Amino acid sequence: MNPQALMDGLITGSMIGLGAIGVTLTYSILRFANFAHGEFVAWGAYFALAVSGALGYLSGSLLTPIGPFSFGWSLPIAAVIAVALTAGLALLVDAVLFGPLRERRSAVIILVMASFGAALTLRNLLEFIFTSQPAYFTKALQIAFPIGGGLRATPDQLLTLGVAAVLVASVHLLLTRTAIGRSMRAVSENQQLSGVVGIDVRKVIRTVWVLGAGLACIAGVMAGLLVQIRPQMGLDLLLPLFAAAILGGIGSVPGAMIAGLIVGLAEALAVQLIGAEWRSAIAFVILVVILLLRPQGLFGRPE
Amino acid sequence: MTDAAQPVLSTQSLVAGYERDLPIVRGVDFTVREGEFVVLLGPNGAGKSTLVKTIAGLVPVHSGTVLLGAADITAMPSHERIRHGLAFVPQTENIFATLTIHENLQIAANILPKERRNDRIGALYTMFPDLGSRPSHRAGQLSGGQRQMLAVARALVVEPSVLILDEPSAGLSPKIVSEVFDRLAAINETGVTTVLVEQNVKAALAVADRAVILVEGLIAHEGVASRLADDPIVAELYLGARHANKSVAT
Repeated sequence: MNPQALMDGLITGSMIGLGAIGVTLTYSILRFANFAHGEFVAWGAYFALAVSGALGYLSGSLLTPIGPFSFGWSLPIAAVIAVALTAGLALLVDAVLFGPLRERRSAVIILVMASFGAALTLRNLLEFIFTSQPAYFTKALQIAFPIGGGLRATPDQLLTLGVAAVLVASVHLLLTRTAIGRSMRAVSENQQLSGVVGIDVRKVIRTVWVLGAGLACIAGVMAGLLVQIRPQMGLDLLLPLFAAAILGGIGSVPGAMIAGLIVGLAEALAVQLIGAEWRSAIAFVILVVILLLRPQGLFGRPE
Repeated sequence: MTDAAQPVLSTQSLVAGYERDLPIVRGVDFTVREGEFVVLLGPNGAGKSTLVKTIAGLVPVHSGTVLLGAADITAMPSHERIRHGLAFVPQTENIFATLTIHENLQIAANILPKERRNDRIGALYTMFPDLGSRPSHRAGQLSGGQRQMLAVARALVVEPSVLILDEPSAGLSPKIVSEVFDRLAAINETGVTTVLVEQNVKAALAVADRAVILVEGLIAHEGVASRLADDPIVAELYLGARHANKSVAT
């Protein structure tokens, strides 16, 4: 087996993990599986693409590659703006769709179905605006260099791994060490009691959308940087995102990230051992096995 | 407690329930005066818990008003009511089991000014040494009595003017119930107006100033707690021999 599969798996897994954090937070706090979450990944990438393109048009110097990386300052600046735009999109979808359904105390299945509808709308809107042609932040070729143990990686790949690690640690600290993080955990456990103790549940819900969509955007930018940007990229990631969220245990941020890495590595190993055509099936197999053997996931608590 | 004390909590013709066409509280006029310890009694399904949940903002009001002091809080969201001095301890699931004892208190303290939070939590650890000895203990691992104490301590963090408790004795052994009630009486002695929903009639009447008996969503009887302990009307109302017509005990 080629050890390079490990590096490929870690990189894919870090993107899945970041997206899965949003899924796990939405699931644990809003109590429904949001099948539109993958679209935030795609919209985040396209927002960054559009802003980066506009910045490059305004100032060519922003396109000059930074150090060993393949992109200029236009991309990091665009990524920050895209995070804000994706968070705004998530808040808009909540205000228009999920919020009114919550107010009416709609059944979970209605929220889930609504999220399917939102996913279709968002995906087709992307295709309408940007076409289905793949797009790229940069077409510069990077040479992977040896990093030991028979592994090779490009500077862009190492950067995305570092960014993912920093983000996961930051979200974990936010949840465990800050007032808003404690409020999020409290709302996840008991919404009614949270209101009684003075927590503004609506504010917590807004925070969850902003956080989840922001991380999805970063995952989309990473995918766009390392692979390509397509309207279908959110749909392609959906099953791995849910597999990672459930494998990690609903509500567990470190669990979602670790499980994301496990799913990414399993996919990469499947490509090596049984063929690339089985890659997509692996997340499904993991999902079924974990639901049968340990429904609460690796780090979740039994209901 | 004298009648001269100001009302701190009152409901006027309150009708409330989960379904619009199925009110559970059916027109309750209920007043609690400053510093009073009032117990709400009544048979199962009388609407006691629904009444206090409505006051806490957890059950929709169909008509009528809820006043906290002079302020109309009928339409106020539950998370705002605690900022106005109304603390509520639900009957079950009244702590965050996955959080530590300290985190449970920190969450409640968030609405206090930053500089006061640690002092207030420290004061509660002194009041409840059982909690203060293990602040990093996960709340879900506490015994039933300790959980109730944590729930009460959590409610007291904000120094409420009114403390409402929904059956804090549920599921506890008689010895622990006695401890909980002694603690509630001591808290009331410090000036915190207390409203208690209770099924344990004898224990509740022993600590309360006044009792209000609800039957079928209406106040059926009320009076001084010490006099009601031996009043046959209480047993009759519990057994359903009398219907919900308000008569004030003298």
